[in-house]
Amino acid sequence: MTMNAVTPMRTGAEAALIAAYGVEKKEFPGGAAVNALRDAAFARFEAKGLPHRRVEEWKYTDLRALMRDARPLAATTDVDGLSLAAELVSRAKGSFKAIPIVIIDGQFIGALSGRLPDGVTVTGLSDALVAGRADISEAVARAEERFNDPLMALNTMFLRDGVIIDVAAGTVVHDDLHIISVVTAAHFVSSRHFVTVGAGASIGILESHVGPADVDYQKNTVLHVVVGEGATLEHGRRQTEGDKALHIASLVADIGPNAHFDTLTVTTGGAVSRNQLFVRFGGENSKATLRGVTMLRHKQHADTTLVMDHAVPNCESREMFKTILDHEAKGVFQGKIIVAPHAQKTDGRMMSQTIMLADGPEMANKPELEIFADDVQCAHGCTVGELDEDLMFYLKSRGVPHKEAEALLVEAFAREAIEDFGEGTIAAIDDLRAALLGSVTDWMLSREG
Amino acid sequence: MSLLTISNLTAKIADEDKQILNGLNLTIEKGQVAAIMGPNGSGKSTLSYVLAGRDDYEVTAGEALLDGVDILPMTPDERAAAGLFLAFQYPMEIPGVGQMTFLKAAINAQRRARGLDEIKTPDFIKLVNGRAKELGIGADMLRRSVNVGFSGGEKKRNEILQMSLLEPKVAILDETDSGLDIDALKIVAEGVNRMRSPERSFVVITHYQRLLDYIKPDVVHVLSKGRIIRSGGPELALELEANGYADVIEKAA
Repeated sequence: MTMNAVTPMRTGAEAALIAAYGVEKKEFPGGAAVNALRDAAFARFEAKGLPHRRVEEWKYTDLRALMRDARPLAATTDVDGLSLAAELVSRAKGSFKAIPIVIIDGQFIGALSGRLPDGVTVTGLSDALVAGRADISEAVARAEERFNDPLMALNTMFLRDGVIIDVAAGTVVHDDLHIISVVTAAHFVSSRHFVTVGAGASIGILESHVGPADVDYQKNTVLHVVVGEGATLEHGRRQTEGDKALHIASLVADIGPNAHFDTLTVTTGGAVSRNQLFVRFGGENSKATLRGVTMLRHKQHADTTLVMDHAVPNCESREMFKTILDHEAKGVFQGKIIVAPHAQKTDGRMMSQTIMLADGPEMANKPELEIFADDVQCAHGCTVGELDEDLMFYLKSRGVPHKEAEALLVEAFAREAIEDFGEGTIAAIDDLRAALLGSVTDWMLSREG
Repeated sequence: MSLLTISNLTAKIADEDKQILNGLNLTIEKGQVAAIMGPNGSGKSTLSYVLAGRDDYEVTAGEALLDGVDILPMTPDERAAAGLFLAFQYPMEIPGVGQMTFLKAAINAQRRARGLDEIKTPDFIKLVNGRAKELGIGADMLRRSVNVGFSGGEKKRNEILQMSLLEPKVAILDETDSGLDIDALKIVAEGVNRMRSPERSFVVITHYQRLLDYIKPDVVHVLSKGRIIRSGGPELALELEANGYADVIEKAA
């Protein structure tokens, strides 16, 4: 690119975020190391601004256009906000018996979080930054360097609070944790979370993102995950943000040897959302499964962008993403599998499937395989189609009304990504699967017309 | 008393000009088993699809009264709720939709349409298990997705299972004998015969006399070029078997 010399006109959002940093940075917790990271991220943002369509990775989600203004940074939640938060937290909890870890407007609220099982510690990020925990700033710096992602950098710039969950080596956790992240008002919310599963440990973590309808809040959240040697992490995520919300989530996962990582995201919320997954095998004989079910209607826009990095030999990855689009919604799937030159015996299979329920939606699929080793099995596929008319007729001929028949077929379509999620580490897996499938059916039955 | 009265039914393939049913008239009496026989391309399957409400066909004239009400303006699910059942010649496989989920959705949808409460789960399970057993449908088949991994014969038995659970007023069996060996044919025929009642009628569409040895018809109609050209007793099927369709069609012309 030869545009370096040109300073693009700043959008309102970019100007507001730059100004906010100037005003707020002295309040941010932590010492010189973390301040240096924030300043570097700020310099980058000042130079490049929000990603736009000429930035290859953001081609289909032009954030500069989709986010014209930035809301003010989240301040301390007021009384009304707290009462709304209580309601949203309770909605997110549903009937799950998981231990809640509550984040309100980006801040970890220890007092609302549950009692932890043995071997699990939870620390507020803000406290850890004040205490100068080097592992945290190192993890941030590493992710910055490795992925060079503009929204992760923006998150680093506003690095303030979040939660750090450590599972001690050898701990088999029988209770699920549930990170419940709520936003109560039209804020720009940043949060950063860290989950480290020690060698031989296993845990199930659910994550819910909820917020009020009709409020155009903005959330930019990053989750770092380290799955240690022989460890297992099963991670189920539900994004049901308010209908006007902007939601950007990045997952950075480092998978050690003989480890197992399974992550599923079900997306129905937000006006604009992007779910980024940066997953890397750092040890051999590990398995990762990345899945998603996205259901969009009206003018919703949701993007799933993943990079699965097979940096070592003998690992297996599965990427399975299902998208259901109605009205004039827009879906994006960008999936890249990288196989390093020495990563022989890699087995990677990626699939993106879409069902269009109307003539208006749009789906962009961009699968990429970058294979530098010769003894590997890698495949990708994508399909875009409508519900099968013959099957619809068969169901209807048995008396099942049109709408219900569509719901049955769409649930069946989503089922493939949900039914074998988890291998028993998440304690409430049956309830979770049933709830997620139920949410697909509810979404279908709530369609107008 | 007639249960299904089809008058002057004219239909074509939706996107083409090709007319398949040409003013078809047919009356099915209550409690009657009527066989419809005819050569390939005579419109047998079209008749069954048009009655069930498949989109691929367009009705251009006529009516089909089920218990006095014209079903042709209805959607397929409304026709089912009104008491019509079509056993498909080629039942569909529906990956991801469990057999029990499907059966329950169908039973409850029809019950709701008739203003009845939904069936209670224990009653439903008991009902399905009982009917499935009569048709030699094992628990493993009930656990699978609808028709997925079923043999041709199993799919046909599954159609009869659905029919027995939905208890229609009129059941149309579209070449239910195709692809069945003798043992499977017997099971299917027994399933149908168990459901015969003075209140229920069957329209058995077939090419061959063989099925009619097991499901004895009260009346046999011959369909040719989209019209019933001859009707008679069970002996008509034997005549067709002996002399072929050409003979009958010629005489009718």
